[in-house]
Amino acid sequence: MQLKRAQGMMARQSVYSTTGFAEIQVGIAELKVARQPDRLITYSLGSCVGVSLYDPLMKVGGLLHIMLPDSTQFNDVNKPAKFADLGIPLLLREVRRRGARKANLQAKMVGGAQMFSGANKRFDLDIGKRNGLMARQVLRKMGIGIYAEELGGNRGRTMILDTFSGQVFIRMAGSPVKVI
Amino acid sequence: MTEDREISYTHMDVLQEVSNIGLGNAATSLAELLKKRIDISVPRATFLEMEELFPLVGDLEDPVACVNLSFDGDIAGVIMFIFTENSAYRLIDMLLEQAVGTTEGLDAMGESVIIEIGNVLSGSFMNAISDMTGLTMRATVPLFAFDMMGAILSASLVASGHWDGQVLLIETIFMQSKEQIKGHFLLLPETGAIDRLFSVLGIPAEG
Repeated sequence: MQLKRAQGMMARQSVYSTTGFAEIQVGIAELKVARQPDRLITYSLGSCVGVSLYDPLMKVGGLLHIMLPDSTQFNDVNKPAKFADLGIPLLLREVRRRGARKANLQAKMVGGAQMFSGANKRFDLDIGKRNGLMARQVLRKMGIGIYAEELGGNRGRTMILDTFSGQVFIRMAGSPVKVI
Repeated sequence: MTEDREISYTHMDVLQEVSNIGLGNAATSLAELLKKRIDISVPRATFLEMEELFPLVGDLEDPVACVNLSFDGDIAGVIMFIFTENSAYRLIDMLLEQAVGTTEGLDAMGESVIIEIGNVLSGSFMNAISDMTGLTMRATVPLFAFDMMGAILSASLVASGHWDGQVLLIETIFMQSKEQIKGHFLLLPETGAIDRLFSVLGIPAEG
């Protein structure tokens, strides 16, 4: 009961209040790490996937915004955080550097939608799905548990990691905030 | 896939002029369709990092309607029309000859109206370029999305392969009587398309 009320408060706070903690923006193809009570936010995931890692004991979390599943298909990789296969190991290294323990880590994933309706063979419309599959595979290989995910569909999503509670808030156009 | 290089002022001027003619034609078609006066801003041609595109179009979470077309033929690329939510509703009202304010959400009918407007705009844009250069351009089936701007734009850039390095952007804003309607036009040519255009116009590729 108490927990439930606390969760309700968190959800409201994320929408209406920005006092008491910093909200740190994670851009496209970027990753950032924060400590309680700060929040990490990445806006408007479409086919991109947001991956968060959170240590509930150390209260440290990291958030990554990937665009593509597999860096090995490209010759020139200038931003590792763009790719699931390189970005997730990098995210792990960064949260550990800030004090997180690997055994405690909880992963959550959001995004991987197919934004466009219609069919056109000149567009790679399947990329969101492949981003999600690759992210899942990389996490599994590293032995990190996936606690929650909100993947697929056809809606854009903003993802917020609260490093105080470990909750992830999902904002969609015209919908109430969802907590995972 | 993407072009990472310097481009001379002369070339930029030529691109802007070509776009101006193409978009002027598109604006005329839209005006005829809506029976309203349509203004366009002078098109800007710029090389940008992919991330720099977003703030030009608006806030990442703004709801927008987007028609996304690719074209191929002698030159290839991607065209996107992005309308703010209210502009999309007003366009629907104007085309269906309803009082402005009637449309308050997007249904299947509204979606097909916006797609049709995208078709008309891109068709007349491409016709103008073809007439000027003799190059053929064929549009493929349009894709449609109505959601957060950032999600749509990033998904489109990734799906069309424009996710890395610099992209050449030709941008304009469509306006109808004091910003009642505001839309962005984005043109992302494939590698080689621009050199082809310059050579047809008799301009050396490197200047």
